[in-house]
Amino acid sequence: MMDVGRHPRIKLLAYSEVEEVSGYVGNFKVKVRKKARYVDEEECTACGDCVEVCPVIRPDEYQMGLSSRRAIYIPFPQGVPSSYIINIEECLGVQPIACGKCAEKCDKGCIDFDMKDQIVELEVGTIIVAVGMEVYDPTPLDEYGYTRFENVITTLEFERLIDSGGPLEGHFARPTDGKMLKRIGFIQCVGSRAERRGNPYCSNICCMNTVKDSLLLRDHYPEIDITVFYLDMRAFGKGFEDLYKRSKDAGVRYVRGLPGEVKEDPQTRNLLVTVENTTACRLEEHELDMLVLSVGLEPREDSKTIQQLLSLSRTTDGFFLESHPKLKPVDTSTRGVFLAGCAEGPKDIKESVTQASAAAARAQIILNQDKIPIEAITPIIDYDLCNFCGRCARVCPYGAIVDVDPKRKVPPRVIEAACAGCGTCSAECPVGAITQRHFGDEQIFAQLEAMLGERPEEKIVVFACHWCSYAGGDMAGVSRLQYPPSARVIRTMCSGRTGERFILRAFTLGAPIVLVSGCHFADCHYINANRWTQRRVERLWDRLERASIRPERLQLEWISAAEGQKFARTMRELEEMRKKVTPEEIEYTKQVLAEKV
Amino acid sequence: MPEDEVRIGVFVCECGLNIAGSVDCEAVRDYAERLPGVALAVRNRYTCSDPGQEEIKKAIVEHHLNRVVVASCTPRLHEPTFRKCISDVGLNPYLLEMANIREQCSWVHLHDREAATAKAKDIVKIAVARARLLEPQVEMEVPVTKAALVIGGGVAGIQAALDLADAGHQVYLVEKEPSIGGKMAQLNKTFPTMDCSI
Repeated sequence: MMDVGRHPRIKLLAYSEVEEVSGYVGNFKVKVRKKARYVDEEECTACGDCVEVCPVIRPDEYQMGLSSRRAIYIPFPQGVPSSYIINIEECLGVQPIACGKCAEKCDKGCIDFDMKDQIVELEVGTIIVAVGMEVYDPTPLDEYGYTRFENVITTLEFERLIDSGGPLEGHFARPTDGKMLKRIGFIQCVGSRAERRGNPYCSNICCMNTVKDSLLLRDHYPEIDITVFYLDMRAFGKGFEDLYKRSKDAGVRYVRGLPGEVKEDPQTRNLLVTVENTTACRLEEHELDMLVLSVGLEPREDSKTIQQLLSLSRTTDGFFLESHPKLKPVDTSTRGVFLAGCAEGPKDIKESVTQASAAAARAQIILNQDKIPIEAITPIIDYDLCNFCGRCARVCPYGAIVDVDPKRKVPPRVIEAACAGCGTCSAECPVGAITQRHFGDEQIFAQLEAMLGERPEEKIVVFACHWCSYAGGDMAGVSRLQYPPSARVIRTMCSGRTGERFILRAFTLGAPIVLVSGCHFADCHYINANRWTQRRVERLWDRLERASIRPERLQLEWISAAEGQKFARTMRELEEMRKKVTPEEIEYTKQVLAEKV
Repeated sequence: MPEDEVRIGVFVCECGLNIAGSVDCEAVRDYAERLPGVALAVRNRYTCSDPGQEEIKKAIVEHHLNRVVVASCTPRLHEPTFRKCISDVGLNPYLLEMANIREQCSWVHLHDREAATAKAKDIVKIAVARARLLEPQVEMEVPVTKAALVIGGGVAGIQAALDLADAGHQVYLVEKEPSIGGKMAQLNKTFPTMDCSI
């Protein structure tokens, strides 16, 4: 931490938030709000004279509310920047100055009640998202009594209680009576691996954190009896199994089973824990002096803001989505933006550090170049056809189409470097004025004509996106899943590229069945371009129905890169559908659509 | 020969028995040779191997090919390989088209050689149709601002910022809280080494 504060090439903007990001890889423009500290952080020497005179007492967030701080405070002694801050909501001294004691006391005159938020504008080539996580709040799990019993605490509260810099200065004791305890219990998977309450995923760190805590207690207080209630102990990392074994060898008792109920003895304030020991197959009751809830991790609440600012994607659990789970684990769907630490998913310190170094290395691939090439799959606008309606700019997930103004007849302009090449603008253009480099309309029409030139009634036309559905098709192959040979696939980068005109041309050429397939919503590699795909297909279903063409002949399916099974199954189902499409139906469709076109 | 004449070379890969096991590759090659725009069709045992790539390069030069179709595996695997291969002899990398006759043909129709062969021919025909209309593309280059932004000053953000700064780059580290350190600064000791967190 100190290294950051001292480093000549790191500009630290603490107590600051990113408010606006524009631009693209190599050329991001960022607006940061540097919030007013009301203490000059350059001048403050962290002497602490101000604290002594501050009359406002508030719970200390760093100590998990287990001790108090003043309205002027330093978050923790080793904090960087090493400067005090005034919580202006709590301070009595602002307008009109009713208190001002700290300002009087500060010899250096660092305190400035008139300090204002500043907007700092930055220009950067790459961005690393390391926004971290939140710790699960166990309040909803009422059976553990966290809100009712003072001697039930969370792991983070435990950390503060046992820390020499904590409220008890390292003299561990239980909250209700300040006495040393004899029996302590840990409950694992609190808020993790739960389908109904909490989160369905494993939080990754809690098992080893408890193992660590058990050894800390063993080292300092060998007389304490320690019991851990668990579902599975996951000690998968380097050195982890060894630590777990040490804990067991040191006499820590591991009981397989999560308590169903925790009660408190009102006299002793001891906790009575009922648990089904699933190894011994018996119901047990444990009397404990203190209970620690081993709480899991959650995505930060402000992840959504960052997601929108940087056009990122998140998985269904709320953590940021990486470009590829194995081969591009720190890249994101926005080029030039990388992930590090728990922003991407729960992980321990070593993994966070490893990933941070990886993200830094990936970022340097960009920073070490003077210029970087942009893949030539950007849109081409035919300005003779364009009617300045602005739809392209509205549907672009990247804000890469600018300037267009229907009122003043200003044509759209493509910022090529910001474009990721999904092709949605092209598919959505109502006058067909936009095509895409390397995935041009003429090329796709040529593919359809070649495909349906002979015996079209035997073919199923499949539009598949590069990242998910086409990859799902590959996965079916890799897994040797057999399906009927009727499918013919057209690959585009995103299902967003699949315009109405391609689907209608396929039907006009005699296709019995057309499938549009793409990534699942949370997985779209172009943020949310596949939402436009869905709306477009829904529009087409209506249109087909009005023209008395069975809408079922146009299918929409989300198939991920991992879903080879689903790809193969879909192909089998479509083949059954194809067999039911009659030659008369195909002929009728060709006629109706030819008239319309 | 006229300069704008399309001359496509089709390279049908057997991929050992991965493709040839269920697709009659010679029949596919023979079919490809007679497609419009195709100047040359070749069958290779492994097109992606060095000899296979050399054959493509030689054919581009000797037969004045200006488009290449490789009928082999998925473009997700070897498109970068063959793009580089053709650009080595001066052909624009965007003038390559791949026909996926392995993952989406031979491997999913293992027990019907006739149907798999017919489908492979169709896939090659579709690829050739697209290849005829491929155009050279120029990749635009954009300048790079030599600075990085790290959002979040927890252990991950700190490490990323230090690595980038130590490597010589200007770094802006933005932290929402009054101090960096994140959740880790609240921990007493850390596993597996049992040392302190700050």
